[in-house]
Amino acid sequence: MSDVKTETPISSFRIGDSAPRPDGIPKVKGTFAFSSDLWHEKMLWGGTLRSPYPAARINKLDITEALLIDGVHTVLTHDDVPGEAVYGLEHADQPVMAAEVVRYEGEPVAIVAADHPEIVRRALAAINVEYEEMVPLTDPEIAESVGHIHPDGNVFRKINLRHGDQEIQGDIQVEGVYEVGMQDQAFLGPESGLAVPGEDGGVDLYVSTQWLHADRRQVASCLGIKEEDVRITLAGVGGAFGAREDLSLHVHLCMLAMRTNRPVKMIYSREESFHGHVHRHPAKMWYRHHADREGNLVRVEARVLLDGGAYASSSGAVIANAACFAGGPYRIPNANIEGIVVRTNNPPCGAMRGFGAVQTCMGHEAQMDKLAVALNADPVEIRLKNALKTGDQLLTGQIITGTAPVAEVIRTCAEHVPSSQESSDLMSLPGGAGRTADPEHISRGEAIAVGFKNLMFSEGFDDFSSAVCHLEDGVATITCACAEVGQGFVTLAQQITREILGVEEVILAPAATETVGSAGSTSASRQTWMSGGAVQKACEEVRLKLLQRITEEHEISIDDLVLVEGQVLSLNGDFSISIDAASENPLEARVEYRHAPTFPLDENGQGDAHVSFAFAAHRAVVDVDPELGLVKVVELVTSQDVGRLLNPVQAIGQLEGGAAQGVGLAVMEEVLVAEGNIRNASFTDYLIPTALDMPPVEIAAIIEHPEPGAPFGAKGIGEPPSISSTAAVVAAIREATNLELPRVPVRLTDIVSVEESS
Amino acid sequence: MSNDFYTLNVNGKDHQVADSWVGESLLWVLRERLGFPGAKNACEEGECGSCSVRIGEEVVCSCLVLAGSAIEQDITTIEGLSAEGELSDVQQAFIDAGAVQCGFCTPGLLVTIDDLLEKNKNPDDLTVREAISGNLCRCTGYGRILEAVQMAAASRRGEKRE
Ligand code: FES
Ligand code: FES
Repeated sequence: MSDVKTETPISSFRIGDSAPRPDGIPKVKGTFAFSSDLWHEKMLWGGTLRSPYPAARINKLDITEALLIDGVHTVLTHDDVPGEAVYGLEHADQPVMAAEVVRYEGEPVAIVAADHPEIVRRALAAINVEYEEMVPLTDPEIAESVGHIHPDGNVFRKINLRHGDQEIQGDIQVEGVYEVGMQDQAFLGPESGLAVPGEDGGVDLYVSTQWLHADRRQVASCLGIKEEDVRITLAGVGGAFGAREDLSLHVHLCMLAMRTNRPVKMIYSREESFHGHVHRHPAKMWYRHHADREGNLVRVEARVLLDGGAYASSSGAVIANAACFAGGPYRIPNANIEGIVVRTNNPPCGAMRGFGAVQTCMGHEAQMDKLAVALNADPVEIRLKNALKTGDQLLTGQIITGTAPVAEVIRTCAEHVPSSQESSDLMSLPGGAGRTADPEHISRGEAIAVGFKNLMFSEGFDDFSSAVCHLEDGVATITCACAEVGQGFVTLAQQITREILGVEEVILAPAATETVGSAGSTSASRQTWMSGGAVQKACEEVRLKLLQRITEEHEISIDDLVLVEGQVLSLNGDFSISIDAASENPLEARVEYRHAPTFPLDENGQGDAHVSFAFAAHRAVVDVDPELGLVKVVELVTSQDVGRLLNPVQAIGQLEGGAAQGVGLAVMEEVLVAEGNIRNASFTDYLIPTALDMPPVEIAAIIEHPEPGAPFGAKGIGEPPSISSTAAVVAAIREATNLELPRVPVRLTDIVSVEESS
Repeated sequence: MSNDFYTLNVNGKDHQVADSWVGESLLWVLRERLGFPGAKNACEEGECGSCSVRIGEEVVCSCLVLAGSAIEQDITTIEGLSAEGELSDVQQAFIDAGAVQCGFCTPGLLVTIDDLLEKNKNPDDLTVREAISGNLCRCTGYGRILEAVQMAAASRRGEKRE
């Protein structure tokens, strides 16, 4: 990027600049400490025994052999959990370790601490468990009607959203059934952490996570100790994407450390990681769209079924999103949407980037294309005709008061002329080198898709962030528990502080539960707004205190003072003092920041449940060899509504990275589950896009209309890139093949029917 | 000191590995025994490239190399790329181009790209994509990484890239 300013003084890295990451240097040097890099002289290694069965009764659990192995320090089971036996983000229903039954393949059954990982493995192998296998409930369609597999029942949440006229028919009707496979977040840094027992009976936990304070609440409850006795510090996080919003090894590590009175480290292997975190919910969706002859949407009917797997995680909030945004960013006067998320013996599902909106986007965008065909209309025009705008109503009855530049997002994306260089290199053909795609047979397809979702937590949740700003000798220190997972909040926090205080040096204190209140989760595209808002507010309070101090000491009116480049100056130029000198006596502000309140959905799924919305469009170009079923995504074009651009380079990174995850879901990524068992729990078998799979992402427009109420007018930008990218790619493959392709990821066998080719 | 050790040459210095278990990978020994945690462990089965180090002239997945088999060879890890504390051109380009997000893939990519640019001063886009196709990155979608490689390549050729 030509606009990276590496030689300009740091103080110019303010809001709107491509400020470099403060953790960039240690990350490129290899010295940045990820949670898997933690080390303590006296530490033991921990490990977890997991159920090989998706549904079984535990008839016997014998740890005696394991305990006899030299170098094994402890083996713990369900009986050793000191506090609450279950935990959960929204609803505590997941056992720390299985008691009588296991409900998914990979459910923890016992944990071990030993001198060396190899001894850990031997100890785990020496634990004797007698399982009595049960028939797993693996079909979400029947979950509601069969016997409960958990005391809390098989339905996590059901939403019947009814908006407007429930009977009205459109002259034009199109219908479809769509499916989305289970996607894995596939962050690169495996689950890992280090727990150190405290002398006071408490415990210090260093772990990669998305939400320190929610972890603390759950860990303390399971350990049966006070929250303040669990001190959690963020360790370097190697990506998250939703998969670190729930607990994984947290309680286990603390139990092992407290029992052995030694520090304990644990790292999941990649295979274990696939079992150790929640995935994106697989979805089955039925849609019927009604429109008039001009193409105006009249009504949308839909049923969205999500498989939540064995435990609740954030399923309740995911289905709310899926239902609320089921129609897409369009004006839809009437709707009836049934959203249901059920419990099965499949792997637990929860948060992943896009959170419910990804699944339904694939459905509503396929429907919009069908509508265009039925009306013999242009797919872009039909979208523009129905595009939501400020003042329109959502399916929930909520009126959009913020910005909603949907038409602009669509138009800029559709009109952008890509700088696509045609390549004749075989590597750029579908299948790449070593495959046999024939350039003569390749068919090209192109299509557009639009998506949106809410920013921040919804439905009346008390959503806040906290920050402390400390100014001393001209150096600002920001303390905030916002989990930096790679998204770049650390950069933004510095930019905000420099912008408001005019100082050059901004130190970021570690994110920890001890020093500051909750920042809420690094999810829902919320931290730019929420923790950005908290840092802004803290800095503004310090700024005010500083100016007040100067006014008192020097009898100047506060309105005559400005902060510029490390100085406080009077407007008439008569007075100046360096911020260093003025803050020799430290100043501090500790704040909480909240967004405007939201409200629960009523029994008809109606209500002002959300704060703000962000929109994006993608246009995909694909090449397909229809005979071989090979697909190459050649190019993506995107436009995104960002409110205000705070850091161009970081924003582009989000747009490109989010799109890559969308491409993955469209053409290659699926956790394959057969009878409740994951079949591809490795990077050998679960494929994510490589540099050869990923096309260039051209940014047609970054649309800046400041969002009222948002700090600096900025919307969160992390999720929209992952929402419409999948829908655009699959639509382009449909264009290239003339196939219905109602399911993602599109598999080779969806393009080449096996009967035909044999 | 017992005879029970072997010596690895890492970033130009000899290091003794004592009391190790047969079967420990080079990645494990570097990270847990020798204090070089820069190489990462995203898969430990040769698929992600996060553990890439150079042995002699070749970039390898250190998770697939038995530590004992790497004796008497020059091992270069990410820690060896900025030996004097100065960032290398590729490291600086990664920061400038925004190629780092979570950074877990970064050390492996830097070792791979450093090697690529030593062998090819003017790699085209497809060459770079192929060279780094064994290094997974989940955060960036590769766009800024490709940009960083071209920035570094241009600066090695003495050009200024706008
Ligand atoms: S850790 Fe070696 S290739 Fe993934
Ligand atoms: S920056 Fe996170 S995996 Fe590449």
